[in-house]
Amino acid sequence: MAKTVLMKGNEALAEAAIQAGCRHYFGYPITPQTEIGAYLAKRMPEVGGVFLQAESEIAAIHMVYGASCAGKRAMTSSSSPGISLKSEGLSYLAGSDLPAFVVNVQRAGPGLGGIQPAQADYFQATRGGGHGDFRNIVLAPASVQEMASLTLRGFDLADRYNMTAMILTDGTIGQMMEQVTLESAEPTAFEKPWALTGTRCEREKHVITSLYLAPDELEQKNLSRFARYARVQRAETMVETYGMEDAEICLVAYGIAARVSKNAVAAARASGIRAGLIRPITLWPFPAEALANAAEHVRQFLSVELSMGQMIQDIELAIRCRRPVSLVSRVGGMIPTPEQVLLAIERVARGEAI
Amino acid sequence: MQTKQANTQRILIAGFGGQGILFFGKWIAHAGALLGKQITWLPSYGPEMRGGTANCSVILSDDAIGSPIVHEPDVLIAMNLPSFLAYQPSVCAGGEILYDASLIQDTPAREDVCYRAIAATRIASDAGLDGFANMILLGAFLEDCLPLTQAQRAQVLSQVVPVHKKHLIEANMRALSLGREYAARSESKAEKTRLHPRKAG
Amino acid sequence: MIVATRPHALTTAPTHYCPGCTHGIIHRLVAEAIDALGIEGRTIGIAPVGCSVLAYNYFNLDMTVAAHGRAPAVATGLKRANPESIVFAYQGDGDLASIGMAEAVHAAARNENITVIFVNNAIYGMTGGQMAPTSLPGQVTQTSPAGRDELLCGFPVKVCEMLAQLDGPEYIARVAANSVKNVLSAKKAIEKAFRNQVEGRGFSLVEVLSSCPTNWGMTPGDALGWMDSTMIPYYPLGVYKDRSAKEAD
Repeated sequence: MAKTVLMKGNEALAEAAIQAGCRHYFGYPITPQTEIGAYLAKRMPEVGGVFLQAESEIAAIHMVYGASCAGKRAMTSSSSPGISLKSEGLSYLAGSDLPAFVVNVQRAGPGLGGIQPAQADYFQATRGGGHGDFRNIVLAPASVQEMASLTLRGFDLADRYNMTAMILTDGTIGQMMEQVTLESAEPTAFEKPWALTGTRCEREKHVITSLYLAPDELEQKNLSRFARYARVQRAETMVETYGMEDAEICLVAYGIAARVSKNAVAAARASGIRAGLIRPITLWPFPAEALANAAEHVRQFLSVELSMGQMIQDIELAIRCRRPVSLVSRVGGMIPTPEQVLLAIERVARGEAI
Repeated sequence: MQTKQANTQRILIAGFGGQGILFFGKWIAHAGALLGKQITWLPSYGPEMRGGTANCSVILSDDAIGSPIVHEPDVLIAMNLPSFLAYQPSVCAGGEILYDASLIQDTPAREDVCYRAIAATRIASDAGLDGFANMILLGAFLEDCLPLTQAQRAQVLSQVVPVHKKHLIEANMRALSLGREYAARSESKAEKTRLHPRKAG
Repeated sequence: MIVATRPHALTTAPTHYCPGCTHGIIHRLVAEAIDALGIEGRTIGIAPVGCSVLAYNYFNLDMTVAAHGRAPAVATGLKRANPESIVFAYQGDGDLASIGMAEAVHAAARNENITVIFVNNAIYGMTGGQMAPTSLPGQVTQTSPAGRDELLCGFPVKVCEMLAQLDGPEYIARVAANSVKNVLSAKKAIEKAFRNQVEGRGFSLVEVLSSCPTNWGMTPGDALGWMDSTMIPYYPLGVYKDRSAKEAD
């Protein structure tokens, strides 16, 4: 039964995790994602689940590792500085091919930075975020509804591909309240024949490790992992387009930047400028094909980001630099106004540099 | 670009932390949802919530809402002087500024917006409703901008007042009614009109 | 007459440990405890980073390998996710008392119902003999070539004494694997640490003083003697905390 309610993004995400069958949350407090912990601290006991405040971000991600070894859906959430601490665990999860669900409600950095929204952890998230060759599935909600729906999807993707699914959002989407329709359906069941459940003295033991001292064996592990990643790229890329049928100027933005960009595109189109928006919903895999196709008719791309220009590199790669790509951004916790973005659209429409 | 749109109301509520700014916004958000509108509610967050200034962006619209951040409000509700001064210039032409005149004695500075002065803190205090100044202003806001029936008001209240504060629903309702009465009084309306004739949106 | 057999919880794989290293003895004691309690089918082990990183090759158990120092956190996740399982972390001194101190202390403070086998040989063995948090004052290592200088490097960490101050843990004991007598008491302590978990009593840690002839630069025999003459006086053996014994009083 679907129910529409008003919820904050962080709370919708937390409730969706419950709906996804997650019963194990391990985390450490940090702004601006505290509502996730607060919500689950109340909710987990109601559903017989585990909420545990860990001694550190590092401990929390390794608790997720442990619960995932046991074959259970487990999650942690944090914000940028905390995700840096979790990067060790992300690497071990990847090296052990364990599913996990991780949330980064981004704040401005580097260092302690600020607590206002940012999108400056794009590289960290989409390139794996730890040592070694690995990827996470990175989902970028742009609404409270997507905080819920991409959480449900994230748990499924993590289990389907035995890897980390990460929600990469920001303080605005996490803190804002909107209508959200929560589906209460049975979570998808995944067989986990590899789990550490004890041998019952009836089967061969299971070993979950990321240690392979023989280089040829480790090479094969990496190759098969990347073959799996290639399947993810083929099957799981998600993207939304807006006004792209005839667009000459294409904005590319995710999360809160996409919401701002949508206002700007609407205003530009109202004034006769053929602008459109490509909104990656998965940042990894990146919707390179949608970008490459757009490059056939788009004159100019604008990457709208709350960073000094990170996603812009993926855009340039996707379109093989066939068209100019400019950056429209605010950083440090600032968010561009629709006017700032519209101004950039108008300038490129007139053929001026930004 | 943020000129007034017939189908969208952009509301900014601002004041001190502890004045019930976010609750005010939450109330409007639930009211909007009840009326079948799309809504977004976005609080300022962080250290400023703890005793400093707090503000809350609410958008009600018949269409999908893009950015949830209100830069140019159609309606500004100001509950302290710093907020009044900071956001007065941002209100869009033809918009309204509703403010607590017991706490803000500053002279209105713009001629293209409508000012609505309600001495909410004093009214609340006189009525034995200390701490409900936000609900007095909300009553005035509803009278001006978001007409609801008595039953709808009661329904929203039951949604937004947490279970452990259910005993305060009665006081909330009284404060809302007081605010509406003050807003509806003819002299108040006359004063508003005399000072700053409202321009068409 | 059979005097001794291989515990069922041990595999037949020959270990990679150096001659004279007592990891093998400690592995056997863990396996004997698992056999004695009949919990092999539901026991899950966590290997650390350090010499015993390959411990999963030697136990007939479901096992994983934690990142350096994180075994108590991984154990917490495993145990909370499946409370029916018996979970133990097998950690060295660098793993537990240096990089993983926070995880160890907080698992103890929470009284996580897990068992920790803490092997203290006063040196980093795997990486070739660097100073450990438990290296003794004056002990010569690769990174304290003139001997551990307390003014420069601080003092060794006495894990049992420290953890015993916490209200959380159920059982904290220090044993040694250097003589028949000491090995027999180590066997008892390890079995108790597992039984506590079976009975749901909570966090039990057994510190086992161990030798590292290779990195100490000694013969195996001399190494065992050095434990008696130098190590045990600094790290006194005994039970530092035992809530069930206290209850029984």
